[in-house]
Amino acid sequence: MSLKRLSYFPGCSLKTKAQNFEISAIEVSRALGVELVEPEKWNCCGTVFSLTDDDLLHHLAPVRDLIRFEEMQSKGLVDDNRVLALCSMCYNTLKRSNLRVKENDDDLKNINDLMYLEEDYKRSIDVIHFFQLIEELGFDAIKEKAVKPFDNLNVAPYYGCMLLRPKEVAIDDPEEPAVQEHLIESLGANSIDFPYKKLCCGSYQTVNNKEAVARLAHDILGNAQKRGADLVVTSCPLCAFNLDSRQKVVKELYPDFREIPVLYITQLMAIAFGLDKKTWGFEYNYIDPEPVLKNKNII
Amino acid sequence: MKTLTITSKNVEFLEKIETLSGQTITMCDQCGVCSGSCPMVEEMDIMPSQMMRDVQLGIVEVLDTKTMWLCASCYTCTARCPRGLDLSKVAEALRQYNLRKAMDYIDIEELSREELRHLPQIALVSGLRKFTS
Repeated sequence: MSLKRLSYFPGCSLKTKAQNFEISAIEVSRALGVELVEPEKWNCCGTVFSLTDDDLLHHLAPVRDLIRFEEMQSKGLVDDNRVLALCSMCYNTLKRSNLRVKENDDDLKNINDLMYLEEDYKRSIDVIHFFQLIEELGFDAIKEKAVKPFDNLNVAPYYGCMLLRPKEVAIDDPEEPAVQEHLIESLGANSIDFPYKKLCCGSYQTVNNKEAVARLAHDILGNAQKRGADLVVTSCPLCAFNLDSRQKVVKELYPDFREIPVLYITQLMAIAFGLDKKTWGFEYNYIDPEPVLKNKNII
Repeated sequence: MKTLTITSKNVEFLEKIETLSGQTITMCDQCGVCSGSCPMVEEMDIMPSQMMRDVQLGIVEVLDTKTMWLCASCYTCTARCPRGLDLSKVAEALRQYNLRKAMDYIDIEELSREELRHLPQIALVSGLRKFTS
């Protein structure tokens, strides 16, 4: 079976602290018939979309990546004009920058002129997130591949901000998203609805204000636990850091806090598909997911 | 009773923030949905809606408040504003107004080596983008 080849933008964290996201996502996508093709050269997207109207400089980095994807397409390395981002923040930044130049001819011209050593960006690329690929492949395709007994596993889907806001980049309804819930159910697990699934984790406040992040993590995770979640899934390395690694600070501020594993959605899928343990990437998780999974007789 | 005299300085400041943010800040009707939605509001000294009010009145002292630095750019305020205003851009405009005076909000040298090693790039890059010039 030949795989459909799709441009893939890793982003920095997936190559270092969040390798568990990349390893699992690449193998899960292969299992679903999609080969994620990384460009030979790429740069950090900038993490955040620059929000002042007069700033073009900070759009150079993401647009330069969009040029890389156009190159891949013209070289015939991929099968269509889309680039898939796994990291929610990369998705948001790349998509918003793309929209900025798609909607402003002058901005595009200035950016192309400034990056004179690069080919001009021709605005032919569309940016998608992993969940949009899942919707396209269909949840039946997921059900087919899900072989593990997940029926007593309760999973809380955490969306965070970047997939749902602002409206022009939202992959689902910003107030009542459901794509992860459908995905979790297609894997055979129970999806736990909780009102903090789209409450910001605190994002970059984790750099100089980790107590605030710990307070948010405490509320988000505590609420999921109250509603019966065994684990939480996410698709953003910053959310994962704030909800997983920062549980150390949560425990310091709230001694009664019970730890709960936080996985990337693709790690859950890799387990569900029965893929080899080396594709799960558990060595990169702070709270070890194994005890919960052993408890549920999944591993 | 406090009196506020609106001078050309106030108007100038409002116009500068409106230009930087691209938002017609005078459209804010102070409904408070932004403050109710903000995940960081409990840490802030003034609420997002108060920040908007200060900018509307051209009160330059808003630049000394902590609110814009506690914003996590989550866009929830933007998503819910019934007047379609993008508060995340107003907060960014206020941060940039300060940062463009070549004044950083955080000093990376104050982070311990351990913390620097622990933080993933995504956190450091976004934090430095928002808090340094």
